[in-house]
Formats: sequence, structure tokens, C-alpha cells
Amino acid sequence: MAFDTLLERITDYANRPDPYPLYAELRAAGVARQTDGSYLIGGYHDIVALLHDPRISSDRRHRAAPYRGLSEDDELLVPFIRLDDPEHHRLRSKAMRPFGPPHSPGRIDALRGEIARITEELVDGLRGRTRIDIVDDFAYPLPVTVICRLLGVPREDEPVFRDWSTTIVDAFDVRSGEDAAKRQLAGAQARTQMGHYLVELAERRRGRPTDDMLSAFVNDPGPAGEFTREELAANGTLLLVAGHETTVNLITNGALTLLRHPDQRDRLRREPELMPAAVEELLRYEPPVHLLPRVPLAHIDVAGTTLPKGVPVVLALASGSRDPKRFRDPDRFAPARQDNQHLGFGSGIHLCYGAPLARIEAQTALSALLPLLGAATLVEDPPPYRHSALLRGPRHLPIEVPPSAPAT
Amino acid sequence: MPGDLWEGRIVIVGASLAGLRAAETLREEGFTGPLTLVGEEPRPPYDRPPLSKQVLLGTTTADATRLPTRRDPDADWRLGVAATGLDPLAKRVLLADGESLPYDRLLIATGTRARPWPHPEQAALDGVLPLRTSDDAAQLADRLAAGPRRVLVIGGGFTGSEIASACREQGIEVTVAERGSGPLVGALGGTLSKLAAGLQRAHGVDLRCGVTVTALSGDGKGRFTGAGLSDGSHIDADVCVIALGAVRNVEWLADTGLAAGPHGVACDAGCRAFTMYGIVTDDVFVAGDVSRFPHPLFDYQLLSLEHWGNAVTQAEVAAHNMVHPGPHRRPHLGVPVFWSTQFGVNIKSVGVPTFSDQVVIAQGSLAERRLVAVYGYRGRVTAAVTVNMAKWLEHYQSLIETAAPFPPAPGAADGHPLVAEFPVPSDVPDPKGLSHGPTVALTGHLPDRRLTVVRPGS
Amino acid sequence: MQIVVDLTRCQAYAQCVFLAPEVFRLSGEEALLYRPDVPDDQLERVRQAAAACPVQAILIGEAVRADAR
Repeated sequence: MAFDTLLERITDYANRPDPYPLYAELRAAGVARQTDGSYLIGGYHDIVALLHDPRISSDRRHRAAPYRGLSEDDELLVPFIRLDDPEHHRLRSKAMRPFGPPHSPGRIDALRGEIARITEELVDGLRGRTRIDIVDDFAYPLPVTVICRLLGVPREDEPVFRDWSTTIVDAFDVRSGEDAAKRQLAGAQARTQMGHYLVELAERRRGRPTDDMLSAFVNDPGPAGEFTREELAANGTLLLVAGHETTVNLITNGALTLLRHPDQRDRLRREPELMPAAVEELLRYEPPVHLLPRVPLAHIDVAGTTLPKGVPVVLALASGSRDPKRFRDPDRFAPARQDNQHLGFGSGIHLCYGAPLARIEAQTALSALLPLLGAATLVEDPPPYRHSALLRGPRHLPIEVPPSAPAT
Repeated sequence: MPGDLWEGRIVIVGASLAGLRAAETLREEGFTGPLTLVGEEPRPPYDRPPLSKQVLLGTTTADATRLPTRRDPDADWRLGVAATGLDPLAKRVLLADGESLPYDRLLIATGTRARPWPHPEQAALDGVLPLRTSDDAAQLADRLAAGPRRVLVIGGGFTGSEIASACREQGIEVTVAERGSGPLVGALGGTLSKLAAGLQRAHGVDLRCGVTVTALSGDGKGRFTGAGLSDGSHIDADVCVIALGAVRNVEWLADTGLAAGPHGVACDAGCRAFTMYGIVTDDVFVAGDVSRFPHPLFDYQLLSLEHWGNAVTQAEVAAHNMVHPGPHRRPHLGVPVFWSTQFGVNIKSVGVPTFSDQVVIAQGSLAERRLVAVYGYRGRVTAAVTVNMAKWLEHYQSLIETAAPFPPAPGAADGHPLVAEFPVPSDVPDPKGLSHGPTVALTGHLPDRRLTVVRPGS
Repeated sequence: MQIVVDLTRCQAYAQCVFLAPEVFRLSGEEALLYRPDVPDDQLERVRQAAAACPVQAILIGEAVRADAR
């Protein structure tokens, strides 16, 4: 088939269960120009070079006119993930202050106990059940509870922000050809609502600090000064959405992969010290984030093709992580793989902000699930997937556990 | 014939980073013969970069920096005994204890030592110290922990600057005396030297540039008390650190016919040593700080690098080539990379900044102390230095490797186009005028530049 | 156990600092300092840090024995 319909085929919901053959086709094409003029890139080395190239922008406002969405020019609520340096660095550093080094190096490490406790509680709830949905019963509630605790968002508000979050993720999805205006408008509204909600929560803590990030943003902003309301709204929204929409996929993809590879599942039960490497391999083999949109600020030569200034480029991270030019036997799930410089969290200055948290959550979650997975069978393979091609993962992962099996 | 290369006797002289990594690589590549490592220091291989940082800060002790191994090199270690000579005809390494070790192939990885203060009686004063070895670092750390009134650091290169940084982080008063126009100027040129000087002064360093230390003085009981400077001033201090750069350990190779001199032992891109007549040997290899090797990206000039990463990659290439016949040999073509952490910033460099005539700030700014400086020579990119922007370095490495045009094209995702600040001369000084030895030295000849150091008598 | 970080490769992603803050720390925004001798009770965290390093720059190993024969 033609390379210029690859993005269309990758984003086609029918291909959600297995986009990997399409990625192989993409790598064979090198740089693939799509029917709408945009470019798709799937080779590991090309992607890494572009993620470290200062002429590549994360800011959609740099798109040339025909590719621009509605009213993006005067959008106020832009989180750091969609900005370039120096603005990106300024805002990311502020957001990092209560989350990680240099100011809060021990913050995530100190959450290990709580993450383990929340995981235990969820696993306890699965005991004795013969039918379980890994997503609804485990992989979704775990990161939501953790991010709520960390940010300082009431867990009981989850039904409120879940709808906003779904709309926001939907608006960011990469889909070929389709008129995105309606989705983007809904997404902008949801971002505004979630932003207001988070700013309100933060304001209630002003002068009355509690042990959470929203409180730290208003009570201990550091020498760089406080976020403006707009900045807090935009970046708080990013943290809440990214904090649970991605890790759920990492955990669920992990459970699915282990169910599909019983030999590796059993090996991990015998050699639990392999779990950190196994999570890295999952980030390579079945990553939660598949596609990354970017804009060239100049004409850039990649593998013999010139990417024109202002024309959107989609980097297929999940394809790069399966590139045989970088990884031996890339389509094999090998939990003890060495030299695993995968693109699961991206690379360069935009490398996933929440990566350490996602790693600890996934390691803890999968370690706790292993005994259960050892006895379980998949009800459906492939399971039903979420719509998004960008944040790819099962919507449900139903499994059956024989009544006699130990839950842990 | 090729099979023989996996057997025979290999001797590695030098038991630090390059020697250890070469030994590991030999075993990884399948070498099964007897392997001997000779080291002058009695300690097993340890890592040196922490000695001027964590160890001086007291967060790590000097004896805690032993290098981890990738695998046991299964070697006979002769530590605490220096190699004193080499008989290339009889193929023997002579040791200080009188023994001689036979070899079929030899790797020279003897590295460098601290350049001593030129006046031995002043250097012997209690409180005057070099910083090169683990023992040096332990002594200096003890001196700093004792709370000296002031430390005098002679030499504003990377080591001297890192020592000053460690002093200031512990609230110790420190004076840095540098003969050149500023700290780090020998490695980074004028523009970033100004940034380094600003950093030092902002952190309370008493920085004296364009001066030499004329004499170190004691209290009559052999204790260091201060130093006189060429501008007539006097510094009272309890500790004096000699940070004048490094001297290559090549004396043991005198009269062997090898091309060994102040810049090291010359070798080809495959790490094979040259004789003084420019004839390549096939049984003597060189790696690490003591080597001097040609690089195609820098006009095939011979480079002398004091870089951690070069010691590792060159040792790996040398070891590979020691056990592979001609067509399977690999060239050592890595682009030089080094780093320094001081005063809370991370400085990283790729390429050879001194191989330049111009420099431009491509990303960030001097004011923020966050930037990428790109160096060019005759219209192509030859080096880049990042200050707290290390994630961009590999992009500039690819520009160097592809001889991309200088200044680099506009369009940085950094709020301003790349050429907003126009290139300025890179102001690389003649190393003769510096207190600190540059850690990268071009040791060839450029018609329009005078970068060759001639040291009569050495 | 001993560690060494190849700071030639390090790009200051600081994943190691998050995962083993007793062993790794940042001085300023980017400069990585670490304890080369890993205490036993930190080894599990350091293994996680090494696995997580985006540029695979952390080497964990035994100090070489370096015995004469």
C-alpha cells in the first residue's frame, strides 16, 4: 500500500490492536509524506536526532497557516509540554520544584510506601473474584489515587475531572485528514474548566499549606516566582491529565504483555529483581505514548528528505523503539534486555516529566499483579482499545481467574 | 595466524581507567592468554573525577572511588611498582623492582601526573599540595575539613576551578591565581572564560588573572604561610594547591625509539605506537591521556586529550585491535567530549574548542548562565560547549561530525534565531602564556596559528 | 558494590536522583554528583536508577580485586 496513507492507517481504529506492521512499513519508507502534506517519521536514529534538534518546535503556533487549528494563536492556556525554550524551561522548572531535583529530590522516592499501600488495597479488593477488569479495577484507580494525593486533588472529585480529561485527551489525538475543529473546541473548554477547578483548589490552600504540589505552587514558589493563574491552570491540568491517562496504559499494556508471554511472566515471578528492566522493556515494546507531533522552524534534511518549515511532523516513537537498526530482535519482548535506550518517555528536553513516578507505579503494580496473572486467562485477545492512537492502551482488559487460585 | 592473536602474552602498563577498560575489553573480545597490569600506584583502579568534587566536599572519601568492573579481567596485577624501561627488541618491560616482564603485545596507558611546582624547596612546604591521585585528594580533603583561613589555588584550569568551587561551597576563602586572561581560557577561549570568571567572582572567589605566583613562603618551620604575586601583592593562606596541569608519564620510554615526548606517545588511528622515525609498530599500542593520535575532523592533527571518555573509548579500540588482524581493526574516531561541574553549573564540551577562530552563542545566553556556544574554524563547526544545556550537545556533535557550516543555521527553538548574536573571535590563547595546562592540545602545526608548545630540555 | 557514571554520556535527565536520592544528587540544575560506594541498603534503588537511565550511563559492579599472581 501507499506510504502516503500511513498516518491514516495507523490512526484507523481498526488497526489499534496491532499498529506494529504499519510501523515496519513506515521505517521502510524512511520519511513518509502524507496526503495532507504532513510528514511521518519512524526510524530510531532520525527521531532521536530530531528530538535533539533546536530547529524542531513543540509549539503548534509555529505551524504554517493551512495546518493551524482554530484560534491557536491567541490561546492562553499552553502547558510547558507544548512550548519551546526558554518559556518551556522556565515553566517546567517551576513545575518541577515541588516534584523533583534539584529542589525536591526525595519527593517521589518518599511516595514508594504510599504507592505500595494503595496497590495492596486494590489487590485486596480483587481477592476471591473470578472475573476482573484490569483497567477499571486496578490500572486506572492506582495512578488516579496517586496523582490526586500528590497534587492535592480530592479523590472523590474523580467523576468530575474524568470527563474533562477524556475530552482533553481526545482533542490531542493525532488523526489524519479529519476536521479537528470540533474536538479542539471541546478540548479547549474542558481545559479551561479543569484549569479553573485546579486554581480554585490551590487558592484554598494559600496561607494554609498542605503536603501537596498545588499547595507548594502557591505557598513556596521559589526564587523564580509564582505561576500566574493562567500558568497554574495550564500546567496543573497537564500534570493531572498526564498523571493518570498515561500510566493506566503502561500498567494495562504490561499486564496484557505478561499474559501473552507466560514464560516471561513466570520468569519475573522467579526473578523479581528483573522488574525494573522489565518495565523499561515494556516502555520499548508496548509504550503508552506512540506519536509525538512537532513543527520544523526551518527546512530540515532527514534521511534525504527535506522537512519544510511550518509543516507538521509526527514522530512515531513506538516505531523507533522497534527499529531493528537500533534493537536486536525488536519484536521480541525480552525483559532482561541490555542497552535499552527506548523512546518510551521521549528524549531531549521534553523527556516525560512524570517518568520516575510512572516507573515506580508500574513496577509496584505489576509486581503485585504477578501472582494473579499467573493463574488468569485473557477473556478477549485483543482486548477492546481506547480510541486514541497517540495514547494507546486497552479500554478494558477482562481476565478470568479460577475460583481456587490465590489472589496474591 | 589470526587465531594467535587471542593467545600470547599481553602486558598493560598503567592500571587506571584506560588500563582497566582495555583489560576488560581484551577478555570480552576473547583473549585467553596471560594478561599483566602494571601500576605505579599501590591502589587498584579508581575514578579520578570525584577527587576534585565529592571528595573535597566531604560527601565521599578518597578511598571510596574504586572503579567498578564490567567483568573480572582475570589478570596478574603488579601494583605499587613503576615501569622504568622498555626493551622493544627483546620485548620486555623493565620494572622498578628489577623484574622484567616479557610480552608479545604491549599497551602503554601510563597517563599523566600533576605538573609540580618548579621550586622543590617551596613545593616541600607543609600545606603545598598537588591534586592528581587518591592520596592527594585525601590530604587536601583533610586540609579543607580543618577549616583553613584561606586556600591559594595556582592555575585556573578545570581542576583549579573545581577546587575553588569545592572551597566556596564549604565557606572556605579561596584565591585563584592564573597567568592567562581568565579561568578555563586555555580550553574554552575568551567568551566562556569571561562567564567562568563571573561565576567564580559571584561565588566569592578572589580571582587574580594575568599574574604569576613568584614565590611560596613558609613560617621558618616549614609550614606554608602565603605567596607573592608578580603584581607585588601577597596572599596569606594556609593551603596552596598546585593546579598547573599535567605532565605525561613518558620518561620510562626514553631511548626506546618510540615517538614519546612531552605531548605523549604518538600513535595511529588504530592506537599503534609510532617510532621516532614515524614508522608504525605492530606490537606496541597506546591509549588514554598518554596517547597522541591523529583525528580527521581536526585536519589529522595529533590530539592529546585528558578526557575520561577518551580513555575509555581509546582503550576499547586499542584492546580490540590488539586481538584482531589488520582488516578487522577499528579506528579511534570518537569526537572528544568532556565535562566539568563547578559552582553549580554543568559544563560539557564536544569537539575541540581550541581548534577554532570564531565562537557564537547559539542557544540560551551568557546572562542566564545557560547556553550553547558553538565554535567554528574557517567556516565549519568544530566544537560546542553547553552550560546547563547538556541535552542539546549531541545535535552539535552531529554538526561537527558532518563538518556543517559555521555559524549554524538559524531557527533555534529558543526564542531567538541562532545568529542573533554574531560570531566573535574565539580568543584561544597560546598555551605558553597559561598557568593551567589545556586539557585538549593540538600538537600539530597550523600555518596561521602557533599552538605548538616547545619546551626546551623536556 | 561500586558505581561509576559515564558523565560523557549523561544528559542530566536526573532519573537517578528521583529513584535513589541518597546516592545521586544535583548540584544546581544539571551537575550530577554521586556516591561511588553504594551502601547495601541503597543497592536496590541504584539498580532501578541504572535501569531507568535514558542514556544507560550508570555502571554497577564489584571493585576489581587486583591481586598479583
